[in-house]
Amino acid sequence: MYAFDIAKPATLAEAVQAMKTGEAQALSGGQTLIPTLKQRLAAPSVLVSLAGVGEMKGVSAKDGVLEIGGAATHREVAGQRHYPGLAELAGRIGDPAVRNRGTIGGSLANNDPSACYPAALLASGGSVKTDRREIAADDFFQGMFATALEADEIITAVRLRVPEASNYQKFLQPASRFALVGVFVARHADGVRVAVTGASEGGVFRWTEAERALSADFSAGAVSGLKHPADGMISDIHGTPEYRAHLIGVMTHRAVAAAS
Amino acid sequence: MPKDFGIGASTKRREDVRFLTGKGRYTDDINLPNQLHVAFLRSDKAHGLLKGVDTAEASRMPGVVRVFTGADFEGVGGLPCGWQVTDREGNPMQEPGHPVLARGKVRHVGDPIAAVVADTQERARDAVEKISADIEELPAVVDMRKAVVAGSPKVHDELTSNLCYDWGFVEENREKVDQAFAGAHHVTTLELVNNRLVANPMEPRVAVGDYTAHNGESTLYTTSQNPHVIRLLMGAFVLSIPEHKLRVVAPDVGGGFGTKIFHYAEEAFCTFAAREIGRPVKWTSSRSEAFVSDAHGRDHVTRIELALDADGVFQAIRTETFANMGAYLSTFAPSVPTWLHGTLMAGNYGTPLIYVNVKAVFTNTVPVDAYRGAGRPEATFQLERVIDKAAIEMGMDPAEIRRKNFITKFPYATPVAVEYDTGDYNATLEKLLSISDRDGFEGRLAASKAKGRLRGFGLNCYIEACGIAPSQLVGQLGARAGLYESATVRVNATGGVVVMTGSHSHGQGHETTFPQVIADMIGIDPGMIEIEHGDTANTPMGMGTYGSRSIAVGGSAMVRAAEKVIKKAKKIAAHLMEASEGDIELADGKFTVAGTDKELAWGDVTLAAYVPHNYPLEDIEPGLEETAFYDPANFTFPAGAYCCEVEVDPDTGAVTVERFSAADDFGNIINPMIVSGQVHGGLAQGIGQALLESCLYDVNGQLVSGSWMDYAMPRADDVPSFSVDHSCRTPCTHNPLGVKGCGEAGAIGSPPAVVNAVVDALRRAGHTHVTHIDMPLSPSRVWAAMNANG
Amino acid sequence: MKVSMKVNGTGMSGEVEGRTLLVEFLRGGLGLTGTHVGCDTSQCGACVVHVNGEAVKACTMFAAEADGAEVTTIEGMANADGSLSTIQQAFQDHHGLQCGFCTPGMVMSAAALLKENPKPTEAQVREYLEGNLCRCTGYHNIVKAIMAASGQAVEMTAAG
Repeated sequence: MYAFDIAKPATLAEAVQAMKTGEAQALSGGQTLIPTLKQRLAAPSVLVSLAGVGEMKGVSAKDGVLEIGGAATHREVAGQRHYPGLAELAGRIGDPAVRNRGTIGGSLANNDPSACYPAALLASGGSVKTDRREIAADDFFQGMFATALEADEIITAVRLRVPEASNYQKFLQPASRFALVGVFVARHADGVRVAVTGASEGGVFRWTEAERALSADFSAGAVSGLKHPADGMISDIHGTPEYRAHLIGVMTHRAVAAAS
Repeated sequence: MPKDFGIGASTKRREDVRFLTGKGRYTDDINLPNQLHVAFLRSDKAHGLLKGVDTAEASRMPGVVRVFTGADFEGVGGLPCGWQVTDREGNPMQEPGHPVLARGKVRHVGDPIAAVVADTQERARDAVEKISADIEELPAVVDMRKAVVAGSPKVHDELTSNLCYDWGFVEENREKVDQAFAGAHHVTTLELVNNRLVANPMEPRVAVGDYTAHNGESTLYTTSQNPHVIRLLMGAFVLSIPEHKLRVVAPDVGGGFGTKIFHYAEEAFCTFAAREIGRPVKWTSSRSEAFVSDAHGRDHVTRIELALDADGVFQAIRTETFANMGAYLSTFAPSVPTWLHGTLMAGNYGTPLIYVNVKAVFTNTVPVDAYRGAGRPEATFQLERVIDKAAIEMGMDPAEIRRKNFITKFPYATPVAVEYDTGDYNATLEKLLSISDRDGFEGRLAASKAKGRLRGFGLNCYIEACGIAPSQLVGQLGARAGLYESATVRVNATGGVVVMTGSHSHGQGHETTFPQVIADMIGIDPGMIEIEHGDTANTPMGMGTYGSRSIAVGGSAMVRAAEKVIKKAKKIAAHLMEASEGDIELADGKFTVAGTDKELAWGDVTLAAYVPHNYPLEDIEPGLEETAFYDPANFTFPAGAYCCEVEVDPDTGAVTVERFSAADDFGNIINPMIVSGQVHGGLAQGIGQALLESCLYDVNGQLVSGSWMDYAMPRADDVPSFSVDHSCRTPCTHNPLGVKGCGEAGAIGSPPAVVNAVVDALRRAGHTHVTHIDMPLSPSRVWAAMNANG
Repeated sequence: MKVSMKVNGTGMSGEVEGRTLLVEFLRGGLGLTGTHVGCDTSQCGACVVHVNGEAVKACTMFAAEADGAEVTTIEGMANADGSLSTIQQAFQDHHGLQCGFCTPGMVMSAAALLKENPKPTEAQVREYLEGNLCRCTGYHNIVKAIMAASGQAVEMTAAG
């Protein structure tokens, strides 16, 4: 790692201030950032630890919306009872030690194309609250490792619409155990949303064809005949674009079966 | 003596207490006063001309003491290769130099170019980034078959080609084998890949070099399976330090699996730099660095043919293998695809004619050398896969075709130059069929079907050769080392025993099993016995631990030394009890005189040896300490039968191992608990090779699976609980303990069982076009195989 | 910067850089070398320690982040009289370790698991160990040891 300082603000205001200094980089759980720093792929001058920021903790539900502090750990999200589909997803991210440190805000800000939370947020609908604004879920993700966040912007909370029924199916990449393909299906009163992670070169995306079919008929049978095209799917040593496209169909089918 | 000790007891391991409480002492736990740290600049290009290295800026970085490049190693030797293979024409293999730091060219990603020695590890790494290496990139050769085509870029310009050797075995049989194929009733052919692996012991390699000016001695602390071998190779061939001025210490070592046998550049560098600078120099590998600097394993591409008669009796075997050597010859690399592979090609079967051809090839990849099993897994995999394919083609049961061809009379001289001393392959196969409940398979198949899963059953046999020996034979085969083992048994005045062994324990439990043997021989409390290993300063010259050789060779040396001690002690006892030496018996820690009630305690005799007031000084010297060097008469040949049951998800291709059973014949067993543990670990590695692990390069020689994010290591939920049995025992006929060795069997025997099971599952589900899938059988590959047009 | 923390019940402090990892501080700063480093991608779990009662990977946390925390390492796991704890003893009894390198992390993860789930099934044990790699044991005897430590019956280790 390159040398850097660590700032430990206690309030959001202090954190915002700290982010304005030099090459500041927010440090949340660090479960992705620290391995990245070890590879010397980033050279911040200061890491702003968000762990002590009181305003970014906690989980609360109101009017069908679950609000989760940006610094809430995967373990905390897994333990909440308001949104079972999300809890189940969070309980399968990484491993137990990673879940004790990694946070929802950190994961969303990083937007790894194989991460789980982006699929949950996109399928849930809702928004990302930051130190300066609120960004709609549909506007937040902008391709692999790219989001609508500005460089010094901090995710303070995530607001998700709690669906009537939901399920997340993750097919593991055997080495990293990130999602080779993950599909989050959420049935809302106003329609079904299907979000796919791990598969696309463009990062997390909604499978609108499946959404239309499922909004008309929320049953596994409704997506049995659907095939996602392989165009734009990731090709790597763990799977071809065709294989990933195939898995999108399989995982969607299983998620619907589990949710319905 | 407590019942839970002695030969055959599942004694709990005494070494566990320190490991369980954080008191182990691994090489990275060693920090010497005034110590410096080294970081290496490694090539990020697979192949290139190294035109210059500018270290000026790096030298000025904070904390930097000195920057080294290849030029600093003028007059220093290269890393030696310990085995010379002779090709089909009788010519020695092509043997390129292997500098400590690259000179002139870089030949693989990870090839060390320069090294920064600084006061902290991070500052050394900071400075490495300021070194500027001028590399003119050259086209890389990665694919072995392309590498041997005329006009291919050459990894080593001074060689005639990228072909290290073209080996034929047994060359004289070649024509007879061809004739057998020409007249065969049926020929089964299979082309397959034995996937390249990274050993990945959990402890990354570490080296700490030290130099003491007052006596001119160098010490290297290193993560090695064989410190004496490192001392000899590094001292004699690289740094020109005589053994009496060089000490190599391998303390607690966190797993080896072969990759810690070899002498590495970093060891020589730290020893050299410590002497140059006059301060200790430490290198700790990161896991990422390990992927591009530890020797890799396997990486064979093979075509095997099996000729059968109408009854399914094997008539002949013919194989052609391309074996990757990587960019340089690692310490024992040439022996792996030849003598450790070709000699095992008979397997458990009486095939009369066998011809093995191996072309070893240089490529722009990390050197490839022995990994758990080393050559024997490659032989077993191709043989047991082609047999299963032949069974399919001939409509035979996989167990029956094997049974029909088993060797049943011993000793048995194979057509590939080895002699099996004992074995009972029917016994292990029958045991396997029983413990695996093959009869219950149909019921389990129905249950799998009911939940939408395919299910398959795969079995195979294996044989391996352990305790590579004898020295005279391996010398004729090209080994540049003897392959004996040594032990000193020192009895102290008050009766305690210290065994100093040339074997090295890095997980095998020698500190427990070796005393079990001694306790049995003398009949004393195991707490009185201590094992010392891993330090050249206090152990006799020994060859270390690999090839499942510790108890078979090292244990035998210890027995021989202990026998000498007991013989001498009996003489002393005879003198003290005024009896004839031939009448003295030793049991339960007491010397008795046959036919009398005279007895003397072990401690009384040992005390007399060191306080020789009443002592036969005219016949024997005082003291009670003996050394033995044991050079075995032959390899040992553990064998067994393994079986795997898998479920396959037809929608995704995902394979889960539902059951795995292993029936092994290891001969006599010192500690069944430890033997089972060795098998478990080997099975997980074999299942890992079959389903998960794959070290891949792209066409430019960049390592694609360069971390555990892409190289899939077996995790706890990737494997089932295992059913292992080692009750079939045909003791080795030529070593004193009748033991064979158990360390590699699991990794050798398991990959074909897994692949056989997956192929079986797919074929039962109607995918009858599938006869083979190359490892690892990842979900995407299995899915592709199911969906291929057959 | 200076950091202070309670390690295995004893107050400790030392100077660290921002980039100093917790595991580096424990090993280098405090000489507690029982916690190991087996990878640089947060996967192997050889470095698992407990911070404020929760299992974390000490290679993926800065020492500065543990300032003021209570840290437990493998060196703090034995009983007060120095004898092996139930989990440690089960690992020895069932041969749950070979080279010993992954063992500290395995023991720390096992302790965290049994705190959360005192009677896990075999499948739950295997799933919980997702972040702890072992290359020696094939996990068989680690799983068996943890099951035994939870007070659940396991058959004898030795076969044949």
